[in-house]
Amino acid sequence: MKERILRVLTDYGIVLMLIVLVVYFTISTPNHIFITPLNLINITHQIAINTILGIGMTFVIITAGIDLSVGSVLAYCGLVAADMVKHGLHIGGVTILPNTPVPLAVLEGLLGALVVGGFIGSLNGVVITKFKVNPFIATLAAMTIVRGFAFIYNNSYPISNLPNSFDKLGGGVGGRFMHIPYPVWVALLLVVISHFVLSRTRFGRQVYAVGGNEEASRLSGVNTNRVKLMVYIIMGVLAGLAGVLQAADVSSADPQAGLMYELNAIAAVVLGGSSLMGGRGTILGTLLGALVIGVLNNGLIMLGISDFYQQVWRGVVILFAVLLDQAKIALLARQRRVAE
Amino acid sequence: MTEEAVVPALEMRHISKTFPGVRALDDVSLTVMLGEVHALLGENGAGKSTLMKILAGAHPKDTGEILLNGKPVHIDSPQSAMELGISIIYQEFNLVPYLNAAENIFLGREPRAKIPSFVDFRKMYADAQAIIDRLGVKLNVRTPVNRLSVAQQQMVEIAKATSRKSRVIVMDEPSATLTEHELASLFTLIRQLQSEGVSIVYISHRLEEVFEIANRVTILRDGRWVATEKVADLDRDQIIRYMVGRELKDIIPKAPAAVKEPALRVVHLNRTGVLHDINLTVHCGEVLGLAGLVGAGRTEVARAIFGADPIDSGRIELFGKPVRIHSPESAIRHGIGLITEDRKAQGLILGMAVRENTTLANLAALSRFGFVCRAKEREAATKYVKDLRVRTPTIEQAVQNLSGGNQQKVVLAKWLFTKSKILLFDEPTRGIDVGAKTEIYQLINQLAAEGVAIIMISSELPEILGMSDRILVMHEGRIAGELSRAEATQEKIMHLATGGE
Ligand SMILES: Nc1ncnc2c1ncn2[C@@H]1O[C@H](COP(=O)(O)OP(=O)(O)OP(=O)(O)O)[C@@H](O)[C@H]1O
Ligand SMILES: [Mg+2]
Repeated sequence: MKERILRVLTDYGIVLMLIVLVVYFTISTPNHIFITPLNLINITHQIAINTILGIGMTFVIITAGIDLSVGSVLAYCGLVAADMVKHGLHIGGVTILPNTPVPLAVLEGLLGALVVGGFIGSLNGVVITKFKVNPFIATLAAMTIVRGFAFIYNNSYPISNLPNSFDKLGGGVGGRFMHIPYPVWVALLLVVISHFVLSRTRFGRQVYAVGGNEEASRLSGVNTNRVKLMVYIIMGVLAGLAGVLQAADVSSADPQAGLMYELNAIAAVVLGGSSLMGGRGTILGTLLGALVIGVLNNGLIMLGISDFYQQVWRGVVILFAVLLDQAKIALLARQRRVAE
Repeated sequence: MTEEAVVPALEMRHISKTFPGVRALDDVSLTVMLGEVHALLGENGAGKSTLMKILAGAHPKDTGEILLNGKPVHIDSPQSAMELGISIIYQEFNLVPYLNAAENIFLGREPRAKIPSFVDFRKMYADAQAIIDRLGVKLNVRTPVNRLSVAQQQMVEIAKATSRKSRVIVMDEPSATLTEHELASLFTLIRQLQSEGVSIVYISHRLEEVFEIANRVTILRDGRWVATEKVADLDRDQIIRYMVGRELKDIIPKAPAAVKEPALRVVHLNRTGVLHDINLTVHCGEVLGLAGLVGAGRTEVARAIFGADPIDSGRIELFGKPVRIHSPESAIRHGIGLITEDRKAQGLILGMAVRENTTLANLAALSRFGFVCRAKEREAATKYVKDLRVRTPTIEQAVQNLSGGNQQKVVLAKWLFTKSKILLFDEPTRGIDVGAKTEIYQLINQLAAEGVAIIMISSELPEILGMSDRILVMHEGRIAGELSRAEATQEKIMHLATGGE
């Protein structure tokens, strides 16, 4: 019996944690405002960006890598998008398409951000695969370099006064479909796509294989460098997308945007049961991880807990989830012992 | 030594053990006398390693008891087993890759220097080198373990286990990776340990070794005890009957090749310091044996052909056309497969299922628009599990939970599924039981009959002699000579392999 309970606890730990948090916040917030549709929609809006980053991070972490540069890439790509929306398509002072009409300019900004994000991701990938730099170090360097460029971009000023049609992308006024903000739809769509990519495609299988045993994968004909390069590009593109959504949400592209976002994304992935050693992880897990973090943040604010204590609680929850995961591994080992 | 009169050095009584979905051991007992070499035999997945892991504290047992010198002992961790004087050489290596040989040998018991908590490196290297030299292996103990060949790693494992003061030493397929030369030094070492009163449990699928070194044998089948007898009272056929429960023709069935056009030609291949001017040709339908001592460069030849290692000069022709192979990926695309010798590090993704490992090298055949067709994949995996008789509860079992021999079969399954036209087998029957071995030989013959060109590297001379149409012998990175099937003998191979003219 005790075994059973433990089993459920560890198998569905993250789901249970989510339920416990939701129930607790529902009961304890004044007038149960936590559970109102408006607030629930708010939560999904708040976690959309972390979910998108978490998706990319899941790919990276399954290959036993890590990407610390995503927060900086987010900020930089937000600036790129805002700049292009305002000043047209241009590369390094050479204007290609000036003064495009607004809807087209928004598209240009979005594409620009995705391309730049993917490009930075590919640089990370090349440094990691060709020059064999440890991913932690490589992306740590990228994190500060790209952040530096974000400040240089507009003399450390944010780019504001963005057209309304751009702001809508962030899910604010007019930026909703069936009451749900656009970024939430985007995140959902990406969850579905990436889930299928990871679980059903050849590429997905190779991602797991590389994380499970890189040399054995290489000798099985998997182009391990290409797989790794790809996951960093995916991560970069998603960070670029997140940058656009973030800038649109606050109607301003800020070089300081996205600080610590990489850590939130990693937290969501790890909460979702991925192993930092590689070879293990799922997108649905990451989604749940992002939900737990989002619910926690929102609930704590609703309860009026001070910012400092919020931080403490966030850390406690992550630690707890990881301990659950450890317990699961230990439990599996014990099951072998007491099997039957 | 009359057995009834003395207390056994080790007794394992009524041991049972179940893994999820697998009854690995069912009421198994084992008695080993002082100074005895006791062979533990059985098919792949019979439960030999599991029994020994229980003894070594690596797995807890479900029921049963263990006695040392007649006294019940409680073993609940590798440490407690070690303290009781039980050492084990695991079937799968347990060395720390980035530490050198000496550091591995003395891991956890490094000689202390005069200054507290410092290691006396000079003494450590000297002692380690002495142990290694005594084993008759040529290797520098300062070499990191991941740069040693599989056989050298095995010798480091042996050095590590035997250099401890032990009462019982378990050797789980120590010889699987060794050539005759190292095997001889291992046997010398075993005899010496035996005369010092150490008891040895020896697991192997090579029965000749059992007859040579063991006093008694215990045979397991499907997790159950079948028999314990003196080796002198048994013959080969009886042992096999005990193991498989039926008669088995133990001949290597060889259909001589109807040699066709050349499939693969290697011309003046060089890799500085490793391979020197390698020239060879394999024809469709032919089995080319590659013999030589450990470190002679056989694996390196296979890896070079397969694009796993860069080459400095030379060229490779496939079916008469020169090709550039710069990665395993391109080799596979050209229809070449390499069955690697080290399954744990190079052959398998241990955490993945049997199904996923089987299909990894040929996912393209199962995919449409990049999506893997699950039904087809399951079908393929199921087919190979059945064809090769892989003992696994389901195709979803993680390969790390399979017995060593069954893991090897999964590696074979993966390469059979690529339907390659040229297959390079590097020690294909390593760790495979007698019954399954015959099946694999049949399989190789069948592939050859279908026109596949095969290069087979093996350290087992009878295997090389029995299976090959032609034999190339390597010595220190060069091809020392070629022997036809008719003229080849063990002596001639050894003569060439040791550098004789
Ligand atoms: N950790 C594990 N989890 C689940 N099943 C296991 C585990 N370890 C071993 N088994 C199963 O227990 C059985 C016995 O395995 P064991 O490794 O003892 O066989 P073996 O006799 O050593 O075979 P081989 O000759 O191939 O090494 C096999 O069916 C194997 O699949
Ligand atoms: Mg075994």
